[in-house]
Amino acid sequence: MPETGAPTRVLDPIARLQRRRHALYGWMLLAPALTLLTLFAFLPTAATFWASLHSRGTARRPSVFNGLENYLDLIHDPNFWTVVGNNLLYAGVTIPLSIALALVMALWADARLPLRGFVRGAYFTPTILPMIAAANLWLFFYTPGLGVIDSFTGLFGLPPVNWLGQPQTALWAIIVVTVWKEAGFFMIFYLAALQTIPPDLKEAAQVEGAGRFTYLRRVLLPLLMPTTAFIFINALINSVKLIDHLFILTKGGPDNATKLVLYWIWEMAFSYFDPARATALTVLVLLVLGGVAVFQFTIVEKRIHYR
Amino acid sequence: MNALSTTGDFVRLHGVTRLFEGGGGVDDLSLAIPRGGFTVLLGPSGCGKSTTLRLIAGLETPDRGRVEIDGRDVTALPPSARGLSIVFQSYALFPHLTVAENIVFGLRVRHVPRAERDRKLKDALALTGLEGLDARKPAHLSGGQRQRVALARAIVADHPLCLMDEPLSNLDAKLRHSVRQEIRALQRRLGMTVVYVTHDQTEAMGMADHIILMRQGRIEQQGTPAALYQAPASAFAASFIGSPPMTLIPAELAGVPEPPQGHARARLMAGVRAEALRLQPAGTGWLEATVVASEFLGAETFVYLQIEGGPQLIARVPGRIDPAPGTAHSLSWAEHATHWFDRDSGRSICAGAGPRTNAESQPAPQTAAPPAA
Ligand SMILES: Nc1ncnc2c1ncn2[C@@H]1O[C@H](COP(=O)(O)OP(=O)(O)OP(=O)(O)O)[C@@H](O)[C@H]1O
Ligand SMILES: [Mg+2]
Repeated sequence: MPETGAPTRVLDPIARLQRRRHALYGWMLLAPALTLLTLFAFLPTAATFWASLHSRGTARRPSVFNGLENYLDLIHDPNFWTVVGNNLLYAGVTIPLSIALALVMALWADARLPLRGFVRGAYFTPTILPMIAAANLWLFFYTPGLGVIDSFTGLFGLPPVNWLGQPQTALWAIIVVTVWKEAGFFMIFYLAALQTIPPDLKEAAQVEGAGRFTYLRRVLLPLLMPTTAFIFINALINSVKLIDHLFILTKGGPDNATKLVLYWIWEMAFSYFDPARATALTVLVLLVLGGVAVFQFTIVEKRIHYR
Repeated sequence: MNALSTTGDFVRLHGVTRLFEGGGGVDDLSLAIPRGGFTVLLGPSGCGKSTTLRLIAGLETPDRGRVEIDGRDVTALPPSARGLSIVFQSYALFPHLTVAENIVFGLRVRHVPRAERDRKLKDALALTGLEGLDARKPAHLSGGQRQRVALARAIVADHPLCLMDEPLSNLDAKLRHSVRQEIRALQRRLGMTVVYVTHDQTEAMGMADHIILMRQGRIEQQGTPAALYQAPASAFAASFIGSPPMTLIPAELAGVPEPPQGHARARLMAGVRAEALRLQPAGTGWLEATVVASEFLGAETFVYLQIEGGPQLIARVPGRIDPAPGTAHSLSWAEHATHWFDRDSGRSICAGAGPRTNAESQPAPQTAAPPAA
């Protein structure tokens, strides 16, 4: 072969064939997932985005392209801000609360205690219950006058409260159900993570004079950070995604007090038949969640993982 | 730091028992660990070495008995109040902390002022040769470096007692050899009392001032490495210490020398160290044997032999010889190099073999049999 100064790598035919085969295998392995994702995730997302740029069509007036008008329309709707506010409060309370509760329960269930299996099972029960069933259960708890809560407070002579029926308490009642439902699920992740932490570390810390609290703060919590980040993302997504219980408990009322973003989207799309605004709001939600995912995979992952 | 100057026992266990539900543990253990010395707890896997160490550390609480450190009864004290440090087998380094943070973890927990902390860290890094690695995380260190971080963490606290549980078992053979000497040198320099657990008898022989040989939760024998080697108190000690282990031959085998007065041959075993065995031409020694194989190790050769009607054994012959497998030889040894053990109890009979045996056995004019034609 003539010596050329060019730094092009000349591959042996066998190596070239081998590489092609590898690439082919790669695409073949990727194909099923790619097909399904395209069909059920990428295409609908693109379609949603396209639809969000069109006006609401009626029998007499077909839908036309109207740019960002749907978005402006949304932003000028006071309901939009109520719903976003509701959802922010809902997320701001349920996420830290369910994570903290999950951690406490996991530490408790990981300790050497009698009936450990029972404790773990009990904590996990809410997770295996479908949300609809759980909501029905809580509906029974919250029933004014007759429900478990009012029966209990009644013992102390307190008046019955319509927990789900008044705007001041309704969202908080929903928050309680969500935390109850999610904490058990997140506990499982913490429990699994705790089991991968070698007991030596605890003993080493103990010998160095670290008490339980110091061990928790200086060793356990940092080592659980990757799990916490994972749970946090899940909790964040759930705070947008999980609305099953609203259908049973409040239907977004009273006076929009418990209306969350996804419930409102569902309402606009299937009760008011307003796909224009529904798709616009969907795109906004996707943008926010996508932004969070990018943040998670770039900055958080790099800072938290210690290996 | 209280160095070798003060003598006496630093750690004492009095009748300490810790039995586990599934079996195992230690039973009625009493021992004394000399101040400023390097004491090795030796024994086969599962004999209770780690349990003993953890009892001293306070990571286990005895069912019965008392633990004393530096004349103080510490049985009820937590590990942190006992003034000791531990090097774990797994090193137990905190994976999210850097080398420096790992080393000063305990100092920070105890709120040692920053200036003092930094000075001690610098000293510890220098002593263990870890300078320049202080900002790394344990995952980015080699096995030997991790081991040294664990060591640095143990010495930075200036505790007079350091417990080590098989600290070298995760290192490769070559590294293990050099780290052994480093640990020993460090211990001497700092005057620490070290209790070191291992199941590797060469490690114990090479490092210890004092060996405590354990078996099934009890002490089998204790003493200096030389004492254990030269006067094993039992057949177990004889076969556990030494490489290759002492050969035990049923005493009724024809050709074995006369046992001590008042003992029936049928109840005894005769033990001979591999280096005491002499290989002679067939028919001229005490026991007839056939060569099975041989291993040339440089300075010496291990010859594997099968005794007629008896066990297989290893003879350790200086220099290089090449006996062909299948050739017949005869074995003999200096009569006082025989160790006698009771066959049922395993206890040594006539422990008077004394230190002479070894002196005799080492430079013995061993005559290697000429390779058979
Ligand atoms: N926490 C425990 N629970 C139940 N049994 C235990 C416990 N710790 C140790 N044992 C048992 O006690 C016996 C002695 O264990 P120990 O860890 O002291 O052995 P060791 O001499 O250190 O062995 P190795 O050389 O394998 O580390 C073993 O049979 C073991 O199964
Ligand atoms: Mg052990």
